[in-house]
Amino acid sequence: MWLVVAAFCAYALGYRFYSRFISAKVLALDARRATPAERLEDGRDFVPTNKWVLFGHHFAAIAGPGPLVGPVLAAQFGYLPGTLWILIGAVFGGCVQDFVILLFSVRRDGKSLTEMAREEIGIVGGFVAYAAVISIIVILLGAGALIVVNALKASPWGVFTIAMTIPIAVFMGFYLRHLRPGKVLEVSFLGFIFVMLAIWGGQWVSQTPAVAPWFTLTAPTLAVIIIIYGFAASALPVWLLLAPRDYLSTFVKLGTIALLALGIVALRPTLQMPPLTRFVDGSGPIFAGKIFPFAFITIACGAISGFHSLISSGTTPKLIRRELETRMVGYGAMMCESMVAILATIAACVLSPGTYFAINSPAGIVGQSPEAATATISGWGFPVTAAGMHALAQAVGEQTLFNRTGGAPAFAVGMAHIFSSSLGGQAVMAIWYHFAIMFEALFILTVLDAGTRVGRFMVQDALSHVWRPLGRTGWYPSILATSALIVAAWGSFLWQGVKDPLGGINSLWPLFGICNQLLATVALCVATTIIVKMGNAKYSPVTLAPLAWLVAVTFTASWHKVFDPNPRIGFLAHARQLASSTAPSHGVSRLIFNDRLDAAVAGALVCMVALILLESISLWVSVISGRMQARVREAPFVPTRFAAEEQG
Amino acid sequence: MMRLRQIATTLMAALREIFDESAYMRFLSRNQICSSPRAYAAFLREQENAKARRPKCC
Repeated sequence: MWLVVAAFCAYALGYRFYSRFISAKVLALDARRATPAERLEDGRDFVPTNKWVLFGHHFAAIAGPGPLVGPVLAAQFGYLPGTLWILIGAVFGGCVQDFVILLFSVRRDGKSLTEMAREEIGIVGGFVAYAAVISIIVILLGAGALIVVNALKASPWGVFTIAMTIPIAVFMGFYLRHLRPGKVLEVSFLGFIFVMLAIWGGQWVSQTPAVAPWFTLTAPTLAVIIIIYGFAASALPVWLLLAPRDYLSTFVKLGTIALLALGIVALRPTLQMPPLTRFVDGSGPIFAGKIFPFAFITIACGAISGFHSLISSGTTPKLIRRELETRMVGYGAMMCESMVAILATIAACVLSPGTYFAINSPAGIVGQSPEAATATISGWGFPVTAAGMHALAQAVGEQTLFNRTGGAPAFAVGMAHIFSSSLGGQAVMAIWYHFAIMFEALFILTVLDAGTRVGRFMVQDALSHVWRPLGRTGWYPSILATSALIVAAWGSFLWQGVKDPLGGINSLWPLFGICNQLLATVALCVATTIIVKMGNAKYSPVTLAPLAWLVAVTFTASWHKVFDPNPRIGFLAHARQLASSTAPSHGVSRLIFNDRLDAAVAGALVCMVALILLESISLWVSVISGRMQARVREAPFVPTRFAAEEQG
Repeated sequence: MMRLRQIATTLMAALREIFDESAYMRFLSRNQICSSPRAYAAFLREQENAKARRPKCC
């Protein structure tokens, strides 16, 4: 409970003093200036919206499984490093990034990050931002799909529940289309009840020998199904299925976050994880590497996430009613997301450390059998028994909880543990566990289908410069080709993770973290450039400080991931180890190729971000030294009518 | 009591915005039509084009 209170105090101070300083001194928010929502109001894209309504809308857009998964994985260092990074990173980095990018987009008629990068920094800036966005989408989808696979493999209960969301979504689509058009909240509530029934039915499925095998799937089978699903969602006109599922997952997501917050505040669970574990030395079983830089790329959403800059320069700036409200929406919503990450840290750390490591450690590290795994983990000083783990698996309705890498199962067990101590007791622990699994899997699948479509549109936009018909979003050959390209890209990362004896998440999540933080680096470069061009260079440390930190973190992490001699950290060292220690075979050759590909991706991203950084620094120096006349590309000032209305 | 009602109203308005109910109402008013299966189908088609380009955060 003290962790929640400490977090609340940190956010309150940050919002009251730091965000106020930024809005008054650095950005000089202008209450008299009309926003694009007012000037360009069209009832569709540009709509002046109540600040509290928009706050909820923005929060729902930025909050996903990221702030739940990252902190769970980083808990291998103990609860302290992750918690401190979430609080300090959010107050001085993440909230600032979301706030300033939102404001700058508002002052540019809702322009996207890539457009602002191109206009304010240069063509290289625009290209790098585009490449970073595509890369992060591909790697995010690969990592997300792997989390789903690891949560659902050999779990008939989980697979059945997720499979049932398809007929439920079809019913919701029919209801919305023919029975009660537009009543989304109503049908989402109905859908939620059906999902709860599906979770309850999943228990019967898992306990019925005649049915359970149909839903007991291996990781490679699940991976193939998810890849086919992603392609179908992008290429086929299945919007009527996907839209209701999207609504359903949002409904469940908001409900779960609210429930978790209430549960932790009301039940005040005790943390069992120590503040620091022995794995601060970089020998962690979940992912290898020291606290610096790896804790800071493992927790992105919740502290600072480049992906948020896409939302802050997407829909939200077109809905802001008054410029002053960007502070509450941009800075405030990120504070709430950060609080979700604190709750996830608590959910992971209420488990005994032995249980936590048994769930999250890959077989390649702790051993294949339960006895070997428990002996290894107990040997680290975190006692756990095979019998205890078996009993826990039985209690949550699973065959085993060993080697469930990815963070989602550990979060689900933590959540079930918190709630089972009061609401329904041990008897409903399995229901809580599968509710959490269903929530994460359902949400990640909607991220997957939306992300594949966004990626497809971005590739089509880019290809239209080569040959115009390829950019036509209704032309099927182009749809099929670009969908296949995007799905093949993230599918290859997923397949690589599924086949990885170290669990996959060991290499994929850091790669995702690096991409996400590099995108934040691009966003902060754009923000610093605009602040310098506004003539406020003396206040540029507000964005420059988090930028410098992120450059240090991402560049160091990338260096380690590519060149570190430890095969558990460095991609190239791992490839060399594979090449020298095993007889060459097709499988090993592919693993070596994957390692080299990961190294190339990390290296290429860092080089591109170094380019944008150099271009930005050169521009800042030119402006500050007076060699270049600064010109910001804001929309012209138009007085707002809302100020007069409020005074009148 | 008034304050509670105000909070509940704002919360419902936020949920209506998140779940596109407000967007549907704006669509109906913009096109001067009443709610019907056909109108909702047209709204969904418009949404598909806009939403497909909207990234969803991790």
